[in-house]
Amino acid sequence: MNIAVCVKEVPSATSQRRLDPGTKRLDRSGDSEPNPFDVHALEEAIQIRERGADVGEIVAVCMGPESAQRVLTKALALGADRAVLVTDAALAGSDIAGTAYVLAAAVGKQDADLVLLGQQAADADCYVMAAAVADHLRRPLVTQVAELRLDGGTVKAKRQAEHGYDLIEAPLPAVVSVSDAINTPRLPSIKAIMGAKRKPLETVSAADLGLDTGRVGGDGARSVVRTISPPPPKAEGLKIEDSGGDSAEKVVAFLSEKGLI
Amino acid sequence: MAGLLVYVHHDDGELSPQGLGLLARAAELGGEVTAFVAGSGIDDGWAGSLGGHGAARVLVADDAALGGGLSQPIVDALAPAAGEADAVLFGAGVVSADVAAGLAARLGAGIACETTDIAMADGGLVATRPALDDTVMVESGFSGGPGIVLARANAFPVREDASGTAPVERVSVTVEEWSRAASLTGREEAESGGVDITEADILVSVGRGMGGPENVPLVEALAKALGGEVAATRAVVDAGWVPYSMQVGQTGKTVSPKLYIACGVSGAIQHKVGMAGAGTIIAINKDQNAPIFEFADVGVVGDALAILPKLTELLAARG
Repeated sequence: MNIAVCVKEVPSATSQRRLDPGTKRLDRSGDSEPNPFDVHALEEAIQIRERGADVGEIVAVCMGPESAQRVLTKALALGADRAVLVTDAALAGSDIAGTAYVLAAAVGKQDADLVLLGQQAADADCYVMAAAVADHLRRPLVTQVAELRLDGGTVKAKRQAEHGYDLIEAPLPAVVSVSDAINTPRLPSIKAIMGAKRKPLETVSAADLGLDTGRVGGDGARSVVRTISPPPPKAEGLKIEDSGGDSAEKVVAFLSEKGLI
Repeated sequence: MAGLLVYVHHDDGELSPQGLGLLARAAELGGEVTAFVAGSGIDDGWAGSLGGHGAARVLVADDAALGGGLSQPIVDALAPAAGEADAVLFGAGVVSADVAAGLAARLGAGIACETTDIAMADGGLVATRPALDDTVMVESGFSGGPGIVLARANAFPVREDASGTAPVERVSVTVEEWSRAASLTGREEAESGGVDITEADILVSVGRGMGGPENVPLVEALAKALGGEVAATRAVVDAGWVPYSMQVGQTGKTVSPKLYIACGVSGAIQHKVGMAGAGTIIAINKDQNAPIFEFADVGVVGDALAILPKLTELLAARG
């Protein structure tokens, strides 16, 4: 069995995130990292192998600019066996529908029985990529999974829904998105970081995947940003710097003043 | 069928307030709004009641394959009608999001997520969302076919007066073999009994920043001293620190207490949408960059493990 893990390059959590007022796209010029939710997906792939499933290979797949190679190198250090970067000037500015089309085409070529993704991207906060990729691949889908088990050719998953937890089963090949509750990702060892440079990292273009370029990139986007504006103003809150618990009195004074105690 | 089509999700006949609220908002835009419900054994009277929430008519997809609580068969059922609509709208929810995303792929349609408002502009629907931890508002339109809108949790309130009915029309349904390959085999319901946190005037919530389940008693003690109840984020519920019934947020409960004290809660959007309606929000977090400080009335930058016992002690001393 082979596993493909989709990994998105997102601005790092510590970077100042902004939308470029000219392109109306996210400014991706700063530090980047693998989408943390996708790191949970990669960790789960590794744990599936460690739990004894016969996993032939784990391939990390990313669509992004050339710079996204760094993110795939991290994925290789974390435990992916090889990586595929789909990169092409024609893909820049793709919307969700376009990105799903590209990712589905890319993972579709990896001979993967299980496609794993994080349940959302940390930069866009959308929960949609797994379901869109599954529809393109015409494969069963389970999203927002907090516990995952493989039982022969069947995925057994537990996911949180509005009323509690759903228990869902799906035959392989399947597409699964995972929540950040599913595991605790490991940190790569120095040896793994060094070894990552020797693992295969392949770059493919839109033409390599046989993509219809009318469906991708800024021109192919069906969702178009019209305006960017500041949020409605709100009152500035009171900020208290605590030292060893000394803020407690100030908090009690605030509560008392507000009549809350 | 031009116009707006609103998919209203239901869980065994219980209509989602997220879908009903969006339906009401869509109706305010002035055009004729069609609601779409899918399931197995749907009653016409029940479906027609969506007229009271703003639907001019209701499309019903009724098939045994649609009663399983999973998204993929619903995409099959919805796609033909969706392809003829100007836009297809979805309230927040786990299944609704999956249907919206699957439909976007099926139709090659643009999708706008986390939508907090919709409007008509230049002859088409536009969707507005807060982005990047709510630091910027982004308005999007659609081209080349229907637009798909997925709402943020609790962005659209349900009509208070929902009397009225709408004509019901049944659509033919063809479900693909692969769409029904996954199956819902069971459910772990949220525990009933205990305390209903949606009724509490004061909530003290526990987030991952509290370190571990061994520190939950600190939160319980503070809640007790205040005469309040304990709430939690999804992360700590999924980690098993506290039961699901305490969870606030997108997939948990929506609360609006007079006072909400968030301990070690980062304030991710998924939590914020469940508690932003609280009267006064006090946040205690070690990370001064935590998003919760952006919308807290009082932000305490510090270690909740050190602060909570002192706070509890001071409050207890007041009697």
